[in-house]
Amino acid sequence: MLTPLATLRTALELRLDAAARTWLHTALSDAGEADQRELPRWERHFAAAGRRCATAEGPAHHLPAADAARVLLLHAAGVDADTATRLYREGTADERRAVLHALPHLDLGDAGLPLVADALRTNDTRLVAAAVGPYAAERLDAHAWRQAVLKCLFTQVPLSAVAELPARAAGDAELARMLRDFARERTAAGRPVPEDLDRALALAESPSEES
Amino acid sequence: MRIFDPHIHMTSRTTDDYRAMHAAGVRALVEPSFWLGQPRTSPESFYDYFDALLGWEPFRASQFGIAHHCTLALNPKEANDPRCAPVLDALPRYLLKDGVVAVGEIGYDSMTPEEDEALARQLELAAEFELPALVHTPHRDKAAGLARTVDVVRESRLAPERVVLDHLNETTVDAAAESGCWLGFSIYPDTKMDPDRMVRILRRHGTERVLVNSAADWGHSDPLKTRHTAEAMLADGFAEEDVERVLWHNPVAFYGQSGRLAPELAADAPAYGASHAGNSVLRGGE
Repeated sequence: MLTPLATLRTALELRLDAAARTWLHTALSDAGEADQRELPRWERHFAAAGRRCATAEGPAHHLPAADAARVLLLHAAGVDADTATRLYREGTADERRAVLHALPHLDLGDAGLPLVADALRTNDTRLVAAAVGPYAAERLDAHAWRQAVLKCLFTQVPLSAVAELPARAAGDAELARMLRDFARERTAAGRPVPEDLDRALALAESPSEES
Repeated sequence: MRIFDPHIHMTSRTTDDYRAMHAAGVRALVEPSFWLGQPRTSPESFYDYFDALLGWEPFRASQFGIAHHCTLALNPKEANDPRCAPVLDALPRYLLKDGVVAVGEIGYDSMTPEEDEALARQLELAAEFELPALVHTPHRDKAAGLARTVDVVRESRLAPERVVLDHLNETTVDAAAESGCWLGFSIYPDTKMDPDRMVRILRRHGTERVLVNSAADWGHSDPLKTRHTAEAMLADGFAEEDVERVLWHNPVAFYGQSGRLAPELAADAPAYGASHAGNSVLRGGE
Protein backbone atom coordinates (compact mmCIF):
# COMPACT_ATOMS: atom_id res chain seq x y z
CA MET A 1 0.00 0.00 0.00
CA LEU A 2 1.12 3.53 -0.69
CA THR A 3 2.27 5.39 2.43
CA PRO A 4 0.87 8.94 2.39
CA LEU A 5 3.64 11.53 2.26
CA ALA A 6 2.46 13.18 5.50
CA THR A 7 2.92 9.84 7.28
CA LEU A 8 6.31 9.35 5.63
CA ARG A 9 7.41 12.78 6.79
CA THR A 10 6.23 12.31 10.37
CA ALA A 11 7.97 8.95 10.64
CA LEU A 12 11.16 10.43 9.19
CA GLU A 13 11.21 13.46 11.48
CA LEU A 14 10.86 11.19 14.51
CA ARG A 15 14.00 9.33 13.48
CA LEU A 16 16.20 12.35 12.72
CA ASP A 17 18.35 14.11 15.27
CA ALA A 18 18.08 17.89 15.66
CA ALA A 19 20.75 18.72 13.07
CA ALA A 20 19.29 16.39 10.46
CA ARG A 21 15.78 17.72 11.12
CA THR A 22 16.98 21.27 10.58
CA TRP A 23 18.64 20.15 7.35
CA LEU A 24 15.38 18.50 6.20
CA HIS A 25 13.36 21.66 6.85
CA THR A 26 15.85 23.81 4.93
CA ALA A 27 16.02 21.31 2.09
CA LEU A 28 12.23 21.05 1.75
CA SER A 29 11.90 24.81 1.88
CA ASP A 30 14.56 25.17 -0.86
CA ALA A 31 12.75 22.55 -2.92
CA GLY A 32 9.60 24.66 -2.81
CA GLU A 33 11.43 27.71 -4.23
CA ALA A 34 11.71 28.43 -7.93
CA ASP A 35 15.42 28.02 -8.71
CA GLN A 36 16.61 28.39 -12.30
CA ARG A 37 20.28 27.74 -11.64
CA GLU A 38 21.99 24.96 -13.55
CA LEU A 39 22.27 23.07 -10.29
CA PRO A 40 19.35 24.17 -8.08
CA ARG A 41 20.08 24.26 -4.38
CA TRP A 42 17.56 21.52 -3.62
CA GLU A 43 19.35 19.12 -5.98
CA ARG A 44 22.47 19.55 -3.86
CA HIS A 45 20.38 18.54 -0.84
CA PHE A 46 19.02 15.59 -2.85
CA ALA A 47 22.59 14.39 -3.45
CA ALA A 48 23.65 14.92 0.17
CA ALA A 49 20.67 13.24 1.86
CA GLY A 50 22.64 10.10 2.76
CA ARG A 51 25.31 11.87 4.78
CA ARG A 52 22.80 14.33 6.27
CA CYS A 53 20.53 11.55 7.54
CA ALA A 54 23.33 9.14 8.43
CA THR A 55 22.44 8.87 12.10
CA ALA A 56 18.83 7.83 11.54
CA GLU A 57 18.48 4.07 11.66
CA GLY A 58 14.87 2.95 11.61
CA PRO A 59 12.73 -0.17 11.78
CA ALA A 60 13.32 -2.57 8.91
CA HIS A 61 9.88 -1.98 7.39
CA HIS A 62 10.55 1.74 7.00
CA LEU A 63 12.29 3.25 4.02
CA PRO A 64 15.90 4.17 4.85
CA ALA A 65 15.90 7.74 6.17
CA ALA A 66 17.77 9.12 3.16
CA ASP A 67 15.30 7.47 0.76
CA ALA A 68 12.36 9.01 2.63
CA ALA A 69 14.03 12.44 2.63
CA ARG A 70 14.69 12.22 -1.10
CA VAL A 71 11.10 11.16 -1.85
CA LEU A 72 9.84 14.18 0.10
CA LEU A 73 12.27 16.46 -1.75
CA LEU A 74 11.20 15.20 -5.18
CA HIS A 75 7.59 15.81 -4.28
CA ALA A 76 8.23 19.24 -2.74
CA ALA A 77 10.12 20.30 -5.86
CA GLY A 78 7.22 19.10 -8.01
CA VAL A 79 9.61 17.50 -10.47
CA ASP A 80 8.38 16.92 -13.99
CA ALA A 81 9.13 13.85 -16.09
CA ASP A 82 12.32 15.31 -17.59
CA THR A 83 13.77 16.19 -14.19
CA ALA A 84 12.83 12.86 -12.61
CA THR A 85 14.40 11.05 -15.56
CA ARG A 86 17.59 13.13 -15.39
CA LEU A 87 17.94 12.66 -11.63
CA TYR A 88 17.52 8.93 -12.07
CA ARG A 89 19.99 8.72 -14.96
CA GLU A 90 22.59 10.87 -13.21
CA GLY A 91 21.92 9.30 -9.82
CA THR A 92 23.80 6.95 -7.55
CA ALA A 93 22.03 3.65 -6.85
CA ASP A 94 20.58 5.25 -3.70
CA GLU A 95 19.29 8.27 -5.62
CA ARG A 96 17.79 6.04 -8.33
CA ARG A 97 16.03 4.01 -5.67
CA ALA A 98 14.53 7.19 -4.22
CA VAL A 99 13.22 8.29 -7.63
CA LEU A 100 11.55 4.88 -8.01
CA HIS A 101 9.95 5.17 -4.57
CA ALA A 102 8.74 8.67 -5.44
CA LEU A 103 7.05 7.68 -8.74
CA PRO A 104 3.57 7.03 -7.30
CA HIS A 105 3.68 10.43 -5.58
CA LEU A 106 4.60 12.38 -8.72
CA ASP A 107 2.23 13.29 -11.49
CA LEU A 108 4.20 11.79 -14.39
CA GLY A 109 1.68 9.59 -16.17
CA ASP A 110 3.52 6.77 -17.93
CA ALA A 111 6.77 8.77 -18.22
CA GLY A 112 8.31 6.89 -15.29
CA LEU A 113 7.93 3.50 -16.96
CA PRO A 114 11.35 3.60 -18.70
CA LEU A 115 12.93 4.13 -15.26
CA VAL A 116 11.08 1.12 -13.85
CA ALA A 117 12.21 -0.92 -16.86
CA ASP A 118 15.81 0.22 -16.34
CA ALA A 119 15.74 -0.78 -12.67
CA LEU A 120 14.23 -4.16 -13.50
CA ARG A 121 17.13 -4.82 -15.89
CA THR A 122 19.68 -4.37 -13.10
CA ASN A 123 20.78 -7.05 -10.66
CA ASP A 124 20.87 -4.62 -7.73
CA THR A 125 18.19 -6.15 -5.53
CA ARG A 126 17.51 -2.84 -3.82
CA LEU A 127 16.64 -1.27 -7.17
CA VAL A 128 14.57 -4.26 -8.23
CA ALA A 129 12.59 -4.11 -4.98
CA ALA A 130 11.99 -0.37 -5.38
CA ALA A 131 10.85 -0.86 -8.98
CA VAL A 132 7.93 -3.18 -8.13
CA GLY A 133 6.03 -0.68 -5.99
CA PRO A 134 2.55 0.79 -6.49
CA TYR A 135 3.54 2.67 -9.67
CA ALA A 136 4.56 -0.57 -11.38
CA ALA A 137 1.47 -2.35 -10.06
CA GLU A 138 -0.73 0.26 -11.67
CA ARG A 139 1.07 0.67 -14.98
CA LEU A 140 3.24 -2.26 -16.04
CA ASP A 141 1.72 -4.32 -18.85
CA ALA A 142 1.01 -7.97 -18.16
CA HIS A 143 4.21 -9.34 -19.71
CA ALA A 144 6.54 -6.86 -17.98
CA TRP A 145 4.75 -7.34 -14.66
CA ARG A 146 5.07 -11.14 -14.81
CA GLN A 147 8.76 -10.82 -15.70
CA ALA A 148 9.17 -8.49 -12.72
CA VAL A 149 7.60 -11.02 -10.34
CA LEU A 150 9.85 -13.74 -11.72
CA LYS A 151 12.90 -11.49 -11.43
CA CYS A 152 12.11 -10.93 -7.76
CA LEU A 153 12.02 -14.69 -7.19
CA PHE A 154 15.29 -15.13 -9.13
CA THR A 155 17.14 -12.43 -7.22
CA GLN A 156 15.59 -13.28 -3.83
CA VAL A 157 13.69 -10.04 -3.49
CA PRO A 158 10.84 -11.03 -1.14
CA LEU A 159 7.47 -10.95 -2.92
CA SER A 160 6.22 -8.72 -0.10
CA ALA A 161 8.00 -5.97 -2.08
CA VAL A 162 5.59 -6.45 -5.01
CA ALA A 163 2.73 -3.99 -4.61
CA GLU A 164 -0.80 -5.25 -5.26
CA LEU A 165 0.43 -8.80 -5.76
CA PRO A 166 -2.87 -10.49 -4.76
CA ALA A 167 -4.96 -8.28 -7.05
CA ARG A 168 -2.69 -8.52 -10.08
CA ALA A 169 -1.75 -12.19 -9.72
CA ALA A 170 -5.27 -13.46 -9.16
CA GLY A 171 -6.38 -15.67 -12.02
CA ASP A 172 -3.23 -14.98 -14.10
CA ALA A 173 -2.87 -18.37 -15.81
CA GLU A 174 0.28 -17.30 -17.69
CA LEU A 175 1.98 -16.24 -14.44
CA ALA A 176 0.96 -19.56 -12.90
CA ARG A 177 2.59 -21.39 -15.81
CA MET A 178 5.81 -19.38 -15.48
CA LEU A 179 5.95 -20.04 -11.74
CA ARG A 180 5.37 -23.77 -12.19
CA ASP A 181 8.08 -23.93 -14.88
CA PHE A 182 10.49 -22.07 -12.62
CA ALA A 183 9.76 -24.39 -9.71
CA ARG A 184 10.27 -27.41 -11.99
CA GLU A 185 13.61 -26.06 -13.22
CA ARG A 186 14.83 -25.52 -9.67
CA THR A 187 13.63 -28.94 -8.54
CA ALA A 188 15.29 -30.64 -11.52
CA ALA A 189 18.56 -28.99 -10.54
CA GLY A 190 18.21 -30.14 -6.95
CA ARG A 191 18.03 -26.53 -5.85
CA PRO A 192 15.53 -25.07 -3.40
CA VAL A 193 12.39 -23.38 -4.71
CA PRO A 194 12.03 -19.85 -3.25
CA GLU A 195 9.75 -19.99 -0.24
CA ASP A 196 7.27 -17.40 -1.43
CA LEU A 197 6.78 -18.95 -4.87
CA ASP A 198 3.98 -21.13 -3.54
CA ARG A 199 2.09 -18.15 -2.28
CA ALA A 200 2.29 -16.40 -5.65
CA LEU A 201 1.30 -19.61 -7.41
CA ALA A 202 -1.72 -20.08 -5.17
CA LEU A 203 -2.79 -16.52 -6.01
CA ALA A 204 -2.25 -17.01 -9.73
CA GLU A 205 -4.21 -20.28 -9.72
CA SER A 206 -7.10 -18.72 -7.82
CA PRO A 207 -9.98 -17.21 -9.78
CA SER A 208 -9.52 -13.54 -10.63
CA GLU A 209 -11.58 -11.02 -8.72
CA GLU A 210 -13.50 -10.01 -11.83
CA SER A 211 -14.63 -13.50 -12.82
CA MET B 1 41.72 -8.20 12.45
CA ARG B 2 39.77 -5.33 10.86
CA ILE B 3 41.21 -3.91 7.65
CA PHE B 4 40.36 -0.85 5.56
CA ASP B 5 41.99 -0.89 2.10
CA PRO B 6 42.25 2.81 1.19
CA HIS B 7 43.08 2.22 -2.49
CA ILE B 8 41.89 -0.79 -4.49
CA HIS B 9 40.28 -1.11 -7.94
CA MET B 10 37.52 -3.62 -7.31
CA THR B 11 35.99 -3.13 -10.75
CA SER B 12 38.88 -5.28 -11.99
CA ARG B 13 38.52 -7.98 -9.34
CA THR B 14 36.35 -11.08 -9.03
CA THR B 15 33.87 -12.20 -6.41
CA ASP B 16 36.51 -14.71 -5.26
CA ASP B 17 38.62 -11.70 -4.31
CA TYR B 18 35.76 -10.11 -2.38
CA ARG B 19 35.26 -13.38 -0.53
CA ALA B 20 38.99 -13.75 0.25
CA MET B 21 39.24 -10.11 1.34
CA HIS B 22 36.34 -10.50 3.75
CA ALA B 23 37.89 -13.69 5.15
CA ALA B 24 41.19 -11.78 5.61
CA GLY B 25 39.43 -9.08 7.63
CA VAL B 26 38.72 -6.38 5.02
CA ARG B 27 35.50 -4.60 6.02
CA ALA B 28 35.85 -1.28 4.19
CA LEU B 29 37.61 0.01 1.09
CA VAL B 30 37.99 3.02 -1.15
CA GLU B 31 38.05 2.55 -4.92
CA PRO B 32 39.74 5.44 -6.74
CA SER B 33 38.80 6.05 -10.35
CA PHE B 34 41.71 5.53 -12.74
CA TRP B 35 42.38 4.35 -16.28
CA LEU B 36 41.25 0.95 -17.43
CA GLY B 37 44.36 -0.27 -19.24
CA GLN B 38 42.53 0.29 -22.52
CA PRO B 39 42.37 4.07 -23.14
CA ARG B 40 38.91 5.62 -23.15
CA THR B 41 37.79 7.61 -26.18
CA SER B 42 35.00 9.81 -24.82
CA PRO B 43 33.74 11.47 -21.63
CA GLU B 44 30.63 9.25 -21.65
CA SER B 45 32.85 6.26 -21.02
CA PHE B 46 33.95 7.93 -17.77
CA TYR B 47 30.37 8.64 -16.73
CA ASP B 48 29.34 4.99 -17.01
CA TYR B 49 32.41 4.13 -14.94
CA PHE B 50 31.68 6.79 -12.30
CA ASP B 51 28.07 5.56 -12.16
CA ALA B 52 29.32 2.02 -11.57
CA LEU B 53 31.53 3.26 -8.70
CA LEU B 54 28.40 4.84 -7.18
CA GLY B 55 26.00 2.02 -8.00
CA TRP B 56 26.86 -1.52 -8.96
CA GLU B 57 30.27 -1.80 -7.26
CA PRO B 58 29.08 -0.67 -3.78
CA PHE B 59 26.22 -3.15 -4.15
CA ARG B 60 28.63 -5.92 -5.11
CA ALA B 61 30.88 -5.09 -2.14
CA SER B 62 27.93 -5.03 0.26
CA GLN B 63 27.03 -8.57 -0.78
CA PHE B 64 30.33 -9.64 0.72
CA GLY B 65 30.04 -7.57 3.88
CA ILE B 66 32.39 -4.80 2.75
CA ALA B 67 31.61 -1.05 2.79
CA HIS B 68 32.59 0.60 -0.51
CA HIS B 69 33.39 4.26 -1.13
CA CYS B 70 35.11 5.89 -4.09
CA THR B 71 37.21 8.82 -5.22
CA LEU B 72 36.45 10.40 -8.60
CA ALA B 73 38.65 12.37 -11.00
CA LEU B 74 40.11 12.58 -14.46
CA ASN B 75 43.23 10.43 -14.07
CA PRO B 76 46.70 11.73 -15.01
CA LYS B 77 47.22 9.54 -18.07
CA GLU B 78 43.91 10.39 -19.73
CA ALA B 79 44.19 14.06 -18.81
CA ASN B 80 46.54 14.13 -21.81
CA ASP B 81 43.83 13.08 -24.27
CA PRO B 82 41.81 16.09 -25.44
CA ARG B 83 38.86 13.79 -26.14
CA CYS B 84 38.60 13.06 -22.41
CA ALA B 85 39.24 16.55 -21.02
CA PRO B 86 35.49 17.51 -20.85
CA VAL B 87 35.24 15.16 -17.87
CA LEU B 88 36.63 18.03 -15.81
CA ASP B 89 33.47 20.03 -16.50
CA ALA B 90 31.20 17.16 -15.42
CA LEU B 91 33.05 16.41 -12.18
CA PRO B 92 31.20 18.97 -10.01
CA ARG B 93 27.88 17.14 -10.23
CA TYR B 94 29.63 13.88 -9.30
CA LEU B 95 31.62 15.34 -6.42
CA LEU B 96 28.35 16.07 -4.58
CA LYS B 97 27.49 12.39 -4.29
CA ASP B 98 27.31 10.61 -0.94
CA GLY B 99 29.74 7.79 -1.75
CA VAL B 100 32.55 10.12 -2.89
CA VAL B 101 35.13 10.59 -0.13
CA ALA B 102 37.93 12.32 -2.09
CA VAL B 103 39.00 13.68 -5.45
CA GLY B 104 41.35 11.16 -7.05
CA GLU B 105 43.44 9.68 -8.47
CA ILE B 106 44.96 12.93 -9.64
CA GLY B 107 48.65 13.74 -10.05
CA TYR B 108 51.38 13.19 -12.60
CA ASP B 109 52.12 10.45 -15.07
CA SER B 110 54.49 12.03 -17.63
CA MET B 111 54.53 15.57 -16.16
CA THR B 112 53.02 17.33 -19.17
CA PRO B 113 51.40 20.79 -19.24
CA GLU B 114 48.00 19.04 -19.62
CA GLU B 115 48.69 17.13 -16.41
CA ASP B 116 49.70 20.38 -14.67
CA GLU B 117 46.36 21.89 -15.63
CA ALA B 118 44.26 18.86 -14.62
CA LEU B 119 46.04 18.51 -11.27
CA ALA B 120 45.67 22.18 -10.34
CA ARG B 121 42.03 22.30 -11.42
CA GLN B 122 41.13 19.17 -9.51
CA LEU B 123 42.90 20.28 -6.33
CA GLU B 124 40.75 23.40 -6.59
CA LEU B 125 37.63 21.22 -7.01
CA ALA B 126 38.62 19.30 -3.88
CA ALA B 127 38.83 22.57 -1.95
CA GLU B 128 35.51 23.76 -3.36
CA PHE B 129 33.67 20.53 -2.50
CA GLU B 130 35.42 20.19 0.88
CA LEU B 131 36.92 16.84 -0.08
CA PRO B 132 40.41 15.45 0.54
CA ALA B 133 42.55 14.53 -2.47
CA LEU B 134 44.24 11.27 -3.41
CA VAL B 135 47.36 12.14 -5.36
CA HIS B 136 49.12 9.49 -7.43
CA THR B 137 52.89 10.05 -7.68
CA PRO B 138 54.52 9.05 -10.96
CA HIS B 139 56.23 5.70 -11.37
CA ARG B 140 58.86 7.11 -13.75
CA ASP B 141 61.15 9.96 -12.70
CA LYS B 142 59.64 9.51 -9.26
CA ALA B 143 61.67 11.82 -7.02
CA ALA B 144 61.40 14.76 -9.42
CA GLY B 145 57.71 14.00 -9.87
CA LEU B 146 57.15 14.02 -6.15
CA ALA B 147 58.91 17.39 -5.75
CA ARG B 148 56.76 18.90 -8.49
CA THR B 149 53.61 17.38 -6.95
CA VAL B 150 54.41 18.86 -3.55
CA ASP B 151 54.93 22.29 -5.15
CA VAL B 152 51.52 22.17 -6.84
CA VAL B 153 49.82 21.02 -3.62
CA ARG B 154 51.50 23.87 -1.76
CA GLU B 155 50.19 26.38 -4.30
CA SER B 156 46.64 25.00 -3.96
CA ARG B 157 43.97 25.97 -1.43
CA LEU B 158 44.05 22.46 0.00
CA ALA B 159 45.72 21.98 3.39
CA PRO B 160 48.42 19.26 3.31
CA GLU B 161 46.58 17.19 5.92
CA ARG B 162 43.77 16.82 3.36
CA VAL B 163 46.11 15.31 0.76
CA VAL B 164 47.58 11.82 0.52
CA LEU B 165 50.63 11.30 -1.68
CA ASP B 166 50.39 7.72 -2.89
CA HIS B 167 52.76 5.06 -4.26
CA LEU B 168 55.67 6.33 -2.13
CA ASN B 169 58.90 4.41 -1.68
CA GLU B 170 62.26 4.74 0.08
CA THR B 171 63.41 7.52 -2.23
CA THR B 172 60.31 9.72 -1.85
CA VAL B 173 59.06 9.12 1.68
CA ASP B 174 61.20 11.80 3.38
CA ALA B 175 60.21 14.63 1.05
CA ALA B 176 56.58 13.53 1.25
CA ALA B 177 56.67 13.44 5.06
CA GLU B 178 58.18 16.91 5.16
CA SER B 179 55.29 18.28 3.10
CA GLY B 180 52.78 17.53 5.87
CA CYS B 181 50.68 15.38 3.52
CA TRP B 182 49.54 11.87 4.37
CA LEU B 183 51.84 9.09 3.17
CA GLY B 184 50.37 6.37 0.96
CA PHE B 185 52.10 3.09 0.16
CA SER B 186 50.89 0.60 -2.43
CA ILE B 187 52.07 -2.89 -1.62
CA TYR B 188 52.58 -5.05 -4.69
CA PRO B 189 53.59 -8.70 -5.13
CA ASP B 190 57.12 -7.87 -6.26
CA THR B 191 57.57 -4.37 -7.60
CA LYS B 192 56.95 -0.92 -6.17
CA MET B 193 56.79 -1.78 -2.47
CA ASP B 194 56.55 -5.04 -0.51
CA PRO B 195 55.44 -5.88 3.07
CA ASP B 196 58.94 -6.21 4.54
CA ARG B 197 60.18 -2.94 3.03
CA MET B 198 56.96 -1.35 4.31
CA VAL B 199 57.72 -2.55 7.83
CA ARG B 200 61.21 -1.00 7.64
CA ILE B 201 59.67 2.32 6.59
CA LEU B 202 57.17 2.12 9.46
CA ARG B 203 60.06 1.50 11.87
CA ARG B 204 61.79 4.62 10.65
CA HIS B 205 58.78 6.94 10.25
CA GLY B 206 56.26 5.59 12.75
CA THR B 207 52.60 4.92 12.02
CA GLU B 208 51.32 8.49 11.98
CA ARG B 209 49.67 9.71 8.74
CA VAL B 210 50.56 6.43 7.00
CA LEU B 211 48.10 4.65 4.71
CA VAL B 212 48.85 1.16 3.39
CA ASN B 213 46.93 -0.13 0.38
CA SER B 214 47.02 -3.00 -2.09
CA ALA B 215 46.17 -0.84 -5.15
CA ALA B 216 45.06 -4.15 -6.67
CA ASP B 217 43.75 -3.75 -10.21
CA TRP B 218 43.86 -5.58 -13.55
CA GLY B 219 47.65 -5.84 -13.42
CA HIS B 220 49.83 -8.23 -11.44
CA SER B 221 48.61 -7.38 -7.95
CA ASP B 222 47.16 -8.96 -4.82
CA PRO B 223 44.10 -7.71 -2.89
CA LEU B 224 45.40 -9.37 0.30
CA LYS B 225 48.60 -7.30 0.47
CA THR B 226 47.06 -5.19 3.26
CA ARG B 227 46.67 -8.32 5.36
CA HIS B 228 50.20 -9.49 4.49
CA THR B 229 51.59 -6.15 5.64
CA ALA B 230 49.65 -6.45 8.91
CA GLU B 231 51.19 -9.87 9.46
CA ALA B 232 54.68 -8.60 8.64
CA MET B 233 54.18 -5.79 11.17
CA LEU B 234 53.15 -8.24 13.89
CA ALA B 235 56.07 -10.56 13.06
CA ASP B 236 58.43 -7.61 13.44
CA GLY B 237 57.10 -6.84 16.90
CA PHE B 238 54.58 -4.07 16.22
CA ALA B 239 51.63 -4.15 18.64
CA GLU B 240 48.08 -4.97 17.54
CA GLU B 241 47.15 -1.31 18.16
CA ASP B 242 49.83 -0.20 15.69
CA VAL B 243 48.45 -2.54 13.06
CA GLU B 244 44.90 -1.35 13.71
CA ARG B 245 46.05 2.28 13.50
CA VAL B 246 47.69 1.83 10.11
CA LEU B 247 45.08 -0.47 8.60
CA TRP B 248 41.87 0.94 10.05
CA HIS B 249 42.02 4.15 12.08
CA ASN B 250 44.33 6.05 9.72
CA PRO B 251 42.18 5.57 6.58
CA VAL B 252 39.04 6.30 8.62
CA ALA B 253 40.66 9.55 9.82
CA PHE B 254 41.88 10.56 6.37
CA TYR B 255 38.71 9.88 4.37
CA GLY B 256 36.56 10.87 7.35
CA GLN B 257 37.60 14.44 6.58
CA SER B 258 35.04 14.28 3.74
CA GLY B 259 32.18 14.03 6.25
CA ARG B 260 30.77 11.28 4.03
CA LEU B 261 32.53 8.14 5.21
CA ALA B 262 30.38 5.33 6.63
CA PRO B 263 32.92 2.55 7.23
CA GLU B 264 30.33 0.24 8.78
CA LEU B 265 27.72 -1.23 6.45
CA ALA B 266 24.17 -0.05 7.09
CA ALA B 267 21.95 -2.58 8.82
CA ASP B 268 19.65 -2.74 5.80
CA ALA B 269 22.44 -3.59 3.38
CA PRO B 270 22.03 -7.02 1.85
CA ALA B 271 24.64 -9.06 3.66
CA TYR B 272 26.67 -11.99 2.44
CA GLY B 273 25.52 -15.10 4.23
CA ALA B 274 23.53 -18.29 4.11
CA SER B 275 20.18 -16.58 3.65
CA HIS B 276 21.48 -14.79 0.56
CA ALA B 277 23.38 -17.70 -0.94
CA GLY B 278 21.49 -17.45 -4.21
CA ASN B 279 21.56 -13.72 -4.64
CA SER B 280 22.20 -11.74 -7.76
CA VAL B 281 25.99 -11.43 -7.50
CA LEU B 282 26.92 -14.67 -5.84
CA ARG B 283 24.98 -16.61 -8.40
CA GLY B 284 26.08 -14.66 -11.44
CA GLY B 285 24.23 -12.55 -13.95
CA GLU B 286 20.94 -14.37 -14.41
